[in-house]
Amino acid sequence: MLSAILTLAGLGFLAALGLAVASRVFYVKMDPRVATIADILPGANCGACGYGGCGAFAQAIVSGEGKIEACSAIDEEGAHAIADIMGIMYTESEKEWAVVLCRHTDGGVANTFDYVGISDCRAANLVGGGPKACPSACIGLGTCAAVCPFGAITMSADGLPIIDPNRCTACGVCVAECPKNVIVLAPVSSAVSVHCSSEDKGAAVKKVCSTGCIGCGACVRVCPFEAMTMENNLAAVNYSKCRVCGLCVSVCPTNAIRDHRDELKVRKIAVIGDDCNGCTLCARACPVDAIAGNPKEQHTVDPARCIGCGICADQCKRGAVSMITVDNTEDEASGPATVVGGGGR
Amino acid sequence: MMGARKKQKTYRFQGGVHPPEEKLTAALPTEAMPLPEKIYIPLSQHIGAPAVPVVKEGDRVLTGMVVAEAGGFVSTPVHASISGTVTGIVDYPHPVGRNMPAVVVESDGADKLDEKITPPPDINSLTGEEIREIIKNAGIVGLGGAAFPTHVKLSPPKDKPIDTLIINGAECEPYLTADHRLMLEHPEKVIGGARLLAKALGVTRVLTGVEKNKMDAVQALTGATGSDVAVVPFAVHYPQGAEKQLIKASVDRVVPAGGLPMDVGVVVQNVGTAAAVYDAVTDGMPLISRIVTVTGPGIRTPKNLRVRIGTPLSEVIASCGGLAPDVRKVILGGPMMGNAQFNLQVPVIKGTSGVLLLTESAAEVLQPGPCLRCGNCVRVCPMGLTPLMFARYTELGMFDEAAEFNVADCIECGCCAYECPAHIPLVQYAKYAKAEIQNRKRKAAG
Repeated sequence: MLSAILTLAGLGFLAALGLAVASRVFYVKMDPRVATIADILPGANCGACGYGGCGAFAQAIVSGEGKIEACSAIDEEGAHAIADIMGIMYTESEKEWAVVLCRHTDGGVANTFDYVGISDCRAANLVGGGPKACPSACIGLGTCAAVCPFGAITMSADGLPIIDPNRCTACGVCVAECPKNVIVLAPVSSAVSVHCSSEDKGAAVKKVCSTGCIGCGACVRVCPFEAMTMENNLAAVNYSKCRVCGLCVSVCPTNAIRDHRDELKVRKIAVIGDDCNGCTLCARACPVDAIAGNPKEQHTVDPARCIGCGICADQCKRGAVSMITVDNTEDEASGPATVVGGGGR
Repeated sequence: MMGARKKQKTYRFQGGVHPPEEKLTAALPTEAMPLPEKIYIPLSQHIGAPAVPVVKEGDRVLTGMVVAEAGGFVSTPVHASISGTVTGIVDYPHPVGRNMPAVVVESDGADKLDEKITPPPDINSLTGEEIREIIKNAGIVGLGGAAFPTHVKLSPPKDKPIDTLIINGAECEPYLTADHRLMLEHPEKVIGGARLLAKALGVTRVLTGVEKNKMDAVQALTGATGSDVAVVPFAVHYPQGAEKQLIKASVDRVVPAGGLPMDVGVVVQNVGTAAAVYDAVTDGMPLISRIVTVTGPGIRTPKNLRVRIGTPLSEVIASCGGLAPDVRKVILGGPMMGNAQFNLQVPVIKGTSGVLLLTESAAEVLQPGPCLRCGNCVRVCPMGLTPLMFARYTELGMFDEAAEFNVADCIECGCCAYECPAHIPLVQYAKYAKAEIQNRKRKAAG
C-alpha cells in the first residue's frame, strides 16, 4: 500500500519536474498585444493587408512593420483601439468599395455559345474567353461572390454581381480573381462609375450590348470639372477631379454611367445660409438652375433640382453656401458591416 | 539494324480506355478540296512565338511564298497556301476561341506556285543540319495536333543524346482517319520522311508505330520500308498515340514527370509530319496543306480532304455536302481531345487533324453529380494520376493542393472524364487548374 502511494507520488513528482523544466526551457515569449490586436482585427483573413491572415498582420503591427491603414476591413473604432494599444497614430484612409464595370443583363449581351462545364468564371474564361458576345463582359458565374471573404457579393437573377456597400471592405480579393478584370476599387465618396470595360468602337459595342459605353463623349462634354476622360473608346472617371454632380449620368445615352450616391449615402445638396446677401453669383453659376431668389435677398436652393456639384459653394464669396449630405433612401440605416464566413480561399 | 523483320517486342502502358472507334472515313480516299476564294492564315498556328508578317495589304503572293517569318527560335514561318492578293492582316476568329491576327489572301484562281520552290540538287548529300534548316524554313510543325515546331524537336541539347526516333501512326482518337489514309496512300513519303528525320537527328533506330486496327497501313508501310525503319503494330488502346504512352509501349522507357521524350533519348514525330518533311526536302514544298478528316453524324458526306491551310471551316463543311439538320457541336480534332468551336469562320490550321460534327444526341452533356470515389479515373489514367483529388481541390479553389497531386503532368487525354460515372468534367478541371497555377506563379513573380 505504502509502496504504491510512494511510487505514484514519485512518478507524479518526476512528471511535474519535467513539465516545470520544459515550461522554462521551451518558453516562447509572446507579446500580449499580438493576441489583443488579433482579437480586434476582423478575422476574415482576406489577405488585403499583404500578410497571411489577421494573426500574421497583428504580429506585423506589433513589430512595427505593419500599418493599421493596410487593413481595409477594420472599422474606425477598432482601428483607433489598435492605435491606442500601440501608441501610434491612425489616419483614416479614403473609404473604397468594389464596383463591377459591366452592367449587361441577359438581354443586353448575347451568348455566342452554350457553355457547359465548371461553373466558375476563371474556368469559363479559358474556353474562348467565355460565352458572352462582348469580350469584356462579366461572365456572370459568380466567382467573385464565391471568393468574397465578407459575403458582400450576391449574384442577381440576370447574372451580374451585386455589391453590398455595407459589407464590402475593399479588400480586393474579387478584383484579383475576376478573369475579365471588370471589378475595380473606387472611392465611396465619388459614387459615379462607368459600368463598361469594352474598348471596342461604339458600333461594335452596340452590336452586342445595350448598356455599353459607345464612346460618344457626351459625358466628357457635359462634365463641368473635366473629370471625365475618353480613352480607347471608353469613358473613365478621374476620381481626383469628380465632384459627383451626376450630370454625366443624365446625358449618357446607353445608361452606362451610373450614380450610386443614394446607395452609398453620399448624396449632397447645397443649402444657403443667413450670410447670403443676394449677390446672385451662385444662381448664375448653377448648371441646373436650382437656385432662385431676388437680387439682394437671401437665395434658396430647390433640393429636388440641386445635383450637389458644389459650384455655388465655390462661387459664394461669403461662405454662405454649405453642402450637406442627405439620405434619400427609404430604408433604415443598416448597422455596421458584419463579417460572415471567412478563410477558405 | 533491326534484324530481318524480327517481330518488335511491344509493352503496355498503364491505364487507358477503348472508346468506340467510329472510323467512318477509313475507306475513303483523300480528295483535294477545291480552292477557297479567300484564305485566312493565322500568324500563330504553332506552340511558341507568333510569326511576324512580311507582306502588306495589296501585295501579290504566289502559292508557297512566305507571308510571315518565324518570330523566334520556337516559332515557324507561315506560307501563302494559294496565289492571289493580300487584302489585309486582320484580327480573325482562331480555333483557340479568340480573334488572332491572320493574313488574308484573296485567290486569283490560278494557284501559281512560287518559282523559288525547287528540289535541292542532291538530296542524298544533305547533312542533318541542312535538313533541319529546310524543315524550319518550310514551316513544319507537329501535325498530330500539338503543332510544336519540328525543327526545335530535332535540335536537342548536347547533354540529351537521342538514340530512337518513333514515327507516330497510332491515330488512336476515334473518328480520325487522316493519318490512316496518308499511310495507305503515301507510305513512301512517311518512310522517306522518317529516314530524313533520322538523318537530321543522327539516329539509326527508327520505329513506326501503328494501331492494329490499321493493318492495311502496316502492310503498306512494310512494303515501302527497308530494314532501316521498323513498322510496329500496337494494341488498339487509347491513348496509344500520346507521346509518352507510345514511348513506354515501344521502348519501355518512362518520361520523367515534367520531362520531355528527349530526356529518355527519344523523339516522336507524327506520320503527317514525316510526310511533310519528305515533301519539303524532295520538292522544296513548304507546309501549305494538310489532310483533314471531316466526319461525324453531323456532316452529310464524311470525307478525308486535303485542305489548304487557312480555309474557313464553313467552306470545308460546304464541300462535304453541308451540315446535317440537327448538328449541335463542332469539334476541331477528335472527340477525346478536340476543342469545340462556336464560329464556323475559323480557319483550318496546321494542327487541325479533323473536323468532327456531332448531332444533338451524340453531343449530349450529362449533368455532373457528386464524386462516387469509385476510382475509375485513377484506374484509367495513363499518367498514373488521381484526377478525383486534383479536380476536387480545383473545385474548392485550392490550387496549391491540386498542384501537389501533379495536375501539371496531366496530358488531357480525357480517359478519366470518359470513364467517370458521375460525369464530372475532370479534364476541364485539369486545364483550369494548370492555367490558374501558371497565373498564380506569374502574379507571384510580379
